[in-house]
Amino acid sequence: MKWETVIGLETHVELSTKSKIFCGCTTAFGGEPNTHCCPVCTGQPGSLPVLNRQAVEYAVKAGLVLNCRINKYSRMDRKHYVYPDLPKAYQISQYDRPLCTGGYVELKNGRRINITRIHIEEDAGKLIHAGGKVLVDYNRGGVPLIEIVSEPDIRSAEEAVEYLEKLQLTLRAAGVSDCRMQEGSLRCDVNISLRAPGASSYGTRCEIKNLNSFVSVASAIEHEYERQRDILESGGVVEQETRRYDAYSGETSAMRGKENADDYRYFREPDIISIVLTDEEIEALRASLPELPDARKRRYVDVLGIPEADAAMIAKYRRVSDYFEAASYQTASPRIAATFIVTSMFSFISTEAAREEWLPPVSAEQLRELILLMEAGKINRNVAKQTLSRMLETGKSAAELLSPEELEPAGVDVDALCRKAIAENAAAASDYRGGKEKALKALIGAVMKESRGRAPAAEVEASLKELLSKT
Amino acid sequence: MSRIKRIRSLLTSKQISCRELTRLYLEAAERENGRLNAFISITAETAMEAAAKTDEKLSRGEPLQALEGIPFVLKDNISTAGLKTTCASRMLENYVPVFDAKVWGLLKSQNAVLIGKGNMDEFAMGSTCENSYFGGAKNPMNLEHAAGGSSGGVAAAVGANLSVYGIGSDTGGSIREPASFCGVVGLKPTYGAVSRNGLIAYASSFDQIGPITACAEDAALVLDAISERDEGDMTSAGTGKTAGSLNRPLRGSRIGIAPQFFEGVSPEVAKALQEAMSLYRALGAELVDCDLPGIGYALPVYYILACAEASSNLGRYDGIRYGYRAKDFDSLDEMICKTRSEGFGPEVKRRILLGTYVLSAGYFDAYYKKAKLLQAKIRDEFRKALDGCDFLLAPTTPITAIKSGESMKMSAVENYAMDICTVTINIAGLPAVSIPCGFGGGGLPIGMQLIGRHFDEGTILNAACAFERETGGKYLKNSGMGVLL
Repeated sequence: MKWETVIGLETHVELSTKSKIFCGCTTAFGGEPNTHCCPVCTGQPGSLPVLNRQAVEYAVKAGLVLNCRINKYSRMDRKHYVYPDLPKAYQISQYDRPLCTGGYVELKNGRRINITRIHIEEDAGKLIHAGGKVLVDYNRGGVPLIEIVSEPDIRSAEEAVEYLEKLQLTLRAAGVSDCRMQEGSLRCDVNISLRAPGASSYGTRCEIKNLNSFVSVASAIEHEYERQRDILESGGVVEQETRRYDAYSGETSAMRGKENADDYRYFREPDIISIVLTDEEIEALRASLPELPDARKRRYVDVLGIPEADAAMIAKYRRVSDYFEAASYQTASPRIAATFIVTSMFSFISTEAAREEWLPPVSAEQLRELILLMEAGKINRNVAKQTLSRMLETGKSAAELLSPEELEPAGVDVDALCRKAIAENAAAASDYRGGKEKALKALIGAVMKESRGRAPAAEVEASLKELLSKT
Repeated sequence: MSRIKRIRSLLTSKQISCRELTRLYLEAAERENGRLNAFISITAETAMEAAAKTDEKLSRGEPLQALEGIPFVLKDNISTAGLKTTCASRMLENYVPVFDAKVWGLLKSQNAVLIGKGNMDEFAMGSTCENSYFGGAKNPMNLEHAAGGSSGGVAAAVGANLSVYGIGSDTGGSIREPASFCGVVGLKPTYGAVSRNGLIAYASSFDQIGPITACAEDAALVLDAISERDEGDMTSAGTGKTAGSLNRPLRGSRIGIAPQFFEGVSPEVAKALQEAMSLYRALGAELVDCDLPGIGYALPVYYILACAEASSNLGRYDGIRYGYRAKDFDSLDEMICKTRSEGFGPEVKRRILLGTYVLSAGYFDAYYKKAKLLQAKIRDEFRKALDGCDFLLAPTTPITAIKSGESMKMSAVENYAMDICTVTINIAGLPAVSIPCGFGGGGLPIGMQLIGRHFDEGTILNAACAFERETGGKYLKNSGMGVLL
């Protein structure tokens, strides 16, 4: 019997605000332990949280790009648990009045994964185990997070990973998070259960905590599928529990059962006033959203005439996409910039991470200058391509790299070159005059060869035609 | 009648230098603290620095701000950077804050002279000051009796002339009740009038900082100096200035009287209140009946909500970052458990347990949620009552100060019952001032409460001033202790 896997994800995403959610401390990753903190984010007695409005705005933007309803009234609550990385013994989060509800992510196969809610909360610090001691670093404590809770609409490990990739892409594009799993700015808990195909109710679920790579998510789901399948097929019962995933063994193991489930004792955070948003504020945030990858790709294909594959590659990375738009600005054919980026530049900048960062040695303006030189007929495509490679290697501009003779079209006497070509290729010339239009190609080729590719093709063609019609 | 203005005129007329004045208060505090236990710490160095700065200004002929150079006491749950802030708890016995409370910052910027940190019930939980880890403060009007709580040390210091005025905090009556017991004035401003930034939290949605003073005009002067909208406290709003308009006639004003405030009140307290009502009537005010049946639920509502918040606010004392840490432990859990068992006193533990219970799954709806609904009902009743009158008049406490040690023989519920008249006001978030209005057996002061509309401290302080003027200040009894200037 093949079982149907039912998966829901709870994804935590750090918002990329400059300062923390309840104080002015920096959110920068890293830093010496306990240097990015203050009385508020270390929970000193008497300190009070002040909600960072930018964090709310970023969370609203996340809600908008994930097709959520933005609640005009929401509020913060306290979620209690005891752990040394949580300095107040409660996390300020949202319980029954979250900021966003009811969105979705659409997968390639057209299926929609519904989003139940998105709420804002603070991140905790980190424990460091060193020499038999446990130390706490509160630098991360108070960094703003959103928790995105999906409906149990996901049916396979592949779908889970695609959903996460889509979240990552969309939130990066919206400029609200860098979503770096290796730095922990995107983490995910997986809820998984199995049921007989066609069953209308769900099976008992297990929650696998704190997965921090796409590979772990896929492998944890696969392992958990097998574990639950074996239990069910041997006539057993799956216990509802929280499990941890071990990246080395690829297996999950029990952390705690239902009877030990936390009682978080939520109640309204009395130190923070309710979050009230007006329609005008929400609409202003919607208007401020950048174009999303899907929309960009469609525009590149439909309006700019970029091939589908190239458009997808460029739109995938926010910074590459911005770079492309700057480099192709007011050029005759945006396809040239697109081709240069996905060929020359992508082979130079080849890893996902580096493309995400996108710090090429050639600025968009420099690439644009090169394309304009080519379009003005001052260099041909081959020279342009070779020059781009040299630019990438040296970081120099086209103007610095191209020799005067390569650049100066004045040095190319098109008329003289054409006359010479006609004289030296009498057969082709007479074929053309006799009506064989293709013969012109041979003459153009001769001119280009003589000029070492520097003669502007359009001008050569016009000049040849004129000369051949005269005599 | 203003004690602050009198001391200020001594300074500005150069009859005494601020350093001489400060030395007098410091010596009196040192001398009397043995029998009063009003201070947890005396801050001589900080006081003398502010005094020196004030003297410099005086010598340059510069004008003084309202509270500049005036000696005062700060309750020991208000953070003072570099100076111990203990909350009268073993948990914070040696805790030195790294930042100043907003209120202390405002006063420090005026060169207010901090004499010391006032004794209190541990984490402001109590009505006698006897829940202090350092022992309770005594009542300067009768040393056999308790000063009241939780701001007992501040009220005792003001009542015994060891400070010109004081700053306390009031969550369920902690300013008004000890003020009433010690024969001084205590103002709990509207929730939000004074920033809570740096006030070590007991119950965040009720906690409010306010003045304890020798008379109503001083309460207005201090309120004006500390009430300010603070970006660091999202619940702060500030309130209007009050000291400039305390001479308005009471003719035609309407004073609400709710019978529920007078149930179970002792005969001597009831009699003093009756006399006060007659006096207001003689001043041309009209007494109107109003109905506040929700007061019958006030004690359980308050103790459920305040304890719920306390259980949350006090979770941070785990021995990891600051404060007391138990010595012997084999695990993290054991360290936290022992630290809290040894660091907190019995009343604090009782309220943490109670609060944890009412927030727990399965009990939340029955207790916390119901209490929140009743809070809304009580607020609504008060709003309606105050639509029909300018302010309400009620006793501050049903009885006068109880004997030291007596509360320890009473049950928790009997102790909590002493707060019936005050907790209700915190539930509604309203401003209320307690002023002395008579004496009971043993020469113990009786207090009455004037309760105003939100952010209308001006009206109740004006009415309090009128009462003091009309009675010639005869209820503002001098203890004969401390600095007599």
